[in-house]
Amino acid sequence: MGVLVNKNSKIIVQGFTGSEGTFHSQQMIEYGTSVVGGITPGKGGTKHLDRPVFNTVEQAVKETGADVSIVFVPPAFAADAIMEAADTGVALVVAITEGIPIRDMIMVREFLRGKKTRLIGPNCPGVITAGECKVGIMPGFVFQPGTIGIVSKSGTLTYEAADQVVKAGLGISTAIGIGGDPIIGTTTKEAVELFMNDSETEGIVMIGEIGGTLEAEAARWIKANSRKPVVGFIAGQTAPAGRRMGHAGAIVGGAEDTAAAKMKIMRECGINVVESPAEIGSTMARVMNKVVA
Amino acid sequence: MNIHEYQGKEILQRFGVAVQEGIVAETPEQAVDAAKKLQQKTGTQWWVVKAQIHAGGRGKGGGVKLAKSLDEVKEKAGNIIGMQLVTPQTGAHGKKVHKVLIAQDVYYPGANPTKEFYMSVLLNRQTGRNIIMYSTEGGMDIEHVAATTPHLIFKEEINPSVGLQPYQARKIAFNLGVSGNAFKEMTKFVSSLYRAYVETDSSLFEINPVLKTSDDKILAVDAKVNLDDNALDRHPDYKALRDLNEEDPTEVEASEHNLNYVKLDGNVGCMVNGAGLAMATMDIIKLAGGEPANFLDVGGTANAQRVEAAFRIILKDKNVKTILVNIFGGIVRCDRVAQGIIDAYNSIGELPVPVIVRLEGTNAKEAKELIDKSGLKVYSAILLKEAAELVTKVLKKING
Repeated sequence: MGVLVNKNSKIIVQGFTGSEGTFHSQQMIEYGTSVVGGITPGKGGTKHLDRPVFNTVEQAVKETGADVSIVFVPPAFAADAIMEAADTGVALVVAITEGIPIRDMIMVREFLRGKKTRLIGPNCPGVITAGECKVGIMPGFVFQPGTIGIVSKSGTLTYEAADQVVKAGLGISTAIGIGGDPIIGTTTKEAVELFMNDSETEGIVMIGEIGGTLEAEAARWIKANSRKPVVGFIAGQTAPAGRRMGHAGAIVGGAEDTAAAKMKIMRECGINVVESPAEIGSTMARVMNKVVA
Repeated sequence: MNIHEYQGKEILQRFGVAVQEGIVAETPEQAVDAAKKLQQKTGTQWWVVKAQIHAGGRGKGGGVKLAKSLDEVKEKAGNIIGMQLVTPQTGAHGKKVHKVLIAQDVYYPGANPTKEFYMSVLLNRQTGRNIIMYSTEGGMDIEHVAATTPHLIFKEEINPSVGLQPYQARKIAFNLGVSGNAFKEMTKFVSSLYRAYVETDSSLFEINPVLKTSDDKILAVDAKVNLDDNALDRHPDYKALRDLNEEDPTEVEASEHNLNYVKLDGNVGCMVNGAGLAMATMDIIKLAGGEPANFLDVGGTANAQRVEAAFRIILKDKNVKTILVNIFGGIVRCDRVAQGIIDAYNSIGELPVPVIVRLEGTNAKEAKELIDKSGLKVYSAILLKEAAELVTKVLKKING
C-alpha cells in the first residue's frame, strides 16, 4: 500500500491540457495511475486524453470523487491553483511547478494552516507508490516494489537512490520528493513519520541537501521515535557558502546549514550516514540484513 | 538576485524608508561632482566614499573611507575605483570595484549621542513566515553578536494574513531602547521597511547599521537587498538592476543557454541533470580525490545543443583536467543523451581533456554501446560507483 497514494487513489491534474500536464498525465496513465480528469479554466466540458476537463477543481472533485490533485500550472499561477485544490478538501496536492515566488508560498502555507489537505512540493518530482500509483514526473520503471521508503529534496538524486536500492536486491514502498524550495508543504520529518507508521515500509532512505534545518529536525525526531533503520545522505559537502546550488533552498547560510553539520547531527541521532552517494543502496542492504539477522 | 547598496537604498526610499543619502560615481571627477551636489542637498560637511560591490565587510578591506574635503573625495574615490577589493565575503581574489557611492556623513555631532542598530527582514523557513530580526548591537558582524551575546538579538514574526501590526513596530522600538522623536521615527522606519520587503518580493533585507543620528533621525546607513529571482517577472524594472560586472562571465554565458552553472576552484568539471544529483556528483569527485571545478545542472532536456554548450562552458576553465558527465535518464532517454554527447564531441572537435561519461536509467545499456562504438576517447560507466573509480583512475594518470 505504501503511504500517501495507492492503487485506490483518484487523481486530477491541474494544468491538464498544457504541454507538461499532457505529457506527464500520459506517463502517469501508462504507469497505471487512476487519472480521472483534469482542470483547465475555460475548457470545462471538453475531453482530453479521453478524460473529462473541468473549469474548477470543485467541479472536478464533485464529479469524479478525486482525492489527489497534481499541479502543473506555470509558476505565476501555481499558488492560486494549490489553494483552489486545498479549498475543496482533497487529501493531497502534489505541486510539481518550479519557480513559485516566495511571497506566494508564504500565503499558500498560511492558507493551508488548519486544513486537512497535505501539500507535497512545490518544485518536486512528486510521489510514487511502487507498482500502484505514480503522481509525479519520475521514471516509473526505476521504482520496483519493495519495503524501502525514500524521502528526498531532489529529483534525479531520488531516482539514483531508488535505482541503487533496487539493484541491491531491495525495493521501494513509496518515494516522496518533498522539493528543494525554501517553503514546502511536507517536511522531511513529516515524510519520515509517515514511513515509520506504515506497516509495509521496513527501512527508510533520507536524502537532504545544504540549506535549512529540515534534516536536523527529522534526525531528532528519528532519535526519539525510530523503530526502523534509516540511511541518510546530504548532497553538497563540497558546496561553497553563500552560493545557491540550483535549488532555491540550497544555499549555505549559517554554520548549521552545511552538509557536514547536518551529517554530524544525523549520525548522532543514529542514522546510517553515507559520505558517498554511490553507497546509498549497498548501505541500505547491509543495514536491512543486519536487522533481519 | 543581489543588487548594490545604492540601488537598494533607492528602492527603500521609494517606500518611505529614510536612508543615508548618496550619489553613485564611476570616476574621481564624477565623485567630486556628486560630493558637491550632495552638499547642496543635505548640507553635509564630510563625505563617505563607499565601494559598490556585492559583498559585505567592505570597510574591513579598505573599501569605505571618510573624506573631509573635496580633494580627499577625489583622492579616495580614485584609490577605490578600480581596486581589487578583498573582504571576508569575497574570497581571496576579491572583487574589482567599478562604482563608488558618495554618501553624506551622518555621524555629525549634536544634542544626543548617535547609536547603531542591526535590522534584517527574512524568511523563517521553519514557520514559513517572514521575521524581522534586530539587535541593539549594530555596525558589527551579526554572526559575532549571535555567538557572543545572543540575548541581544530579537525576532519578530509577521502573520502574513494581516501583515506587520503597529504593536509589533512599537515593540521593536521599545526593545531597541529609543525614545522621544527617535521612537516615532523608528516605528515608521520599521513599518516602511517591512512594506518595502513584501512589495518588492525580496528574499533578504539586511540594514547594518540602522543609525539613530544625534538629532534623533533613524536612517539606513547600509542596505543589503536580495530580490527573489522567482518573482522578477512581476518587477521588470528590477531586472535592469542586475550588474553583470559582479558575476562570473562564464556563469552569465551559461545562464544564456539556460544552464545552471556555478564556477568553483577545482580540477574536475562536471555536467549533471538535476540540482541534487549535481551536488552529489561534486561530492563524489571530492571523495575520489579530485576537487569539483563547477556545479552544472543541464536540466531535463540534455540534447546535443545543450550538452555542447555545457562542454564549451566547462572547458573555458583552464583548471579543468577532466570532465565527469553524470546523467540519470528518466523521461530523457540515455541513448538520446549519448547521441548528444557524440554530436557535441564531433562538433567541438578533439576535446582537450579526458571525459568520463556515466549514463544510467532509461536505455542506459544502449547508451553505453553507442558511446563505446563511437570511437570517442571517453571512459564510460553505468554505476555511480564505477564513475567514482574512473575519476580516481583518470586523475592518477594525469598526475603521473
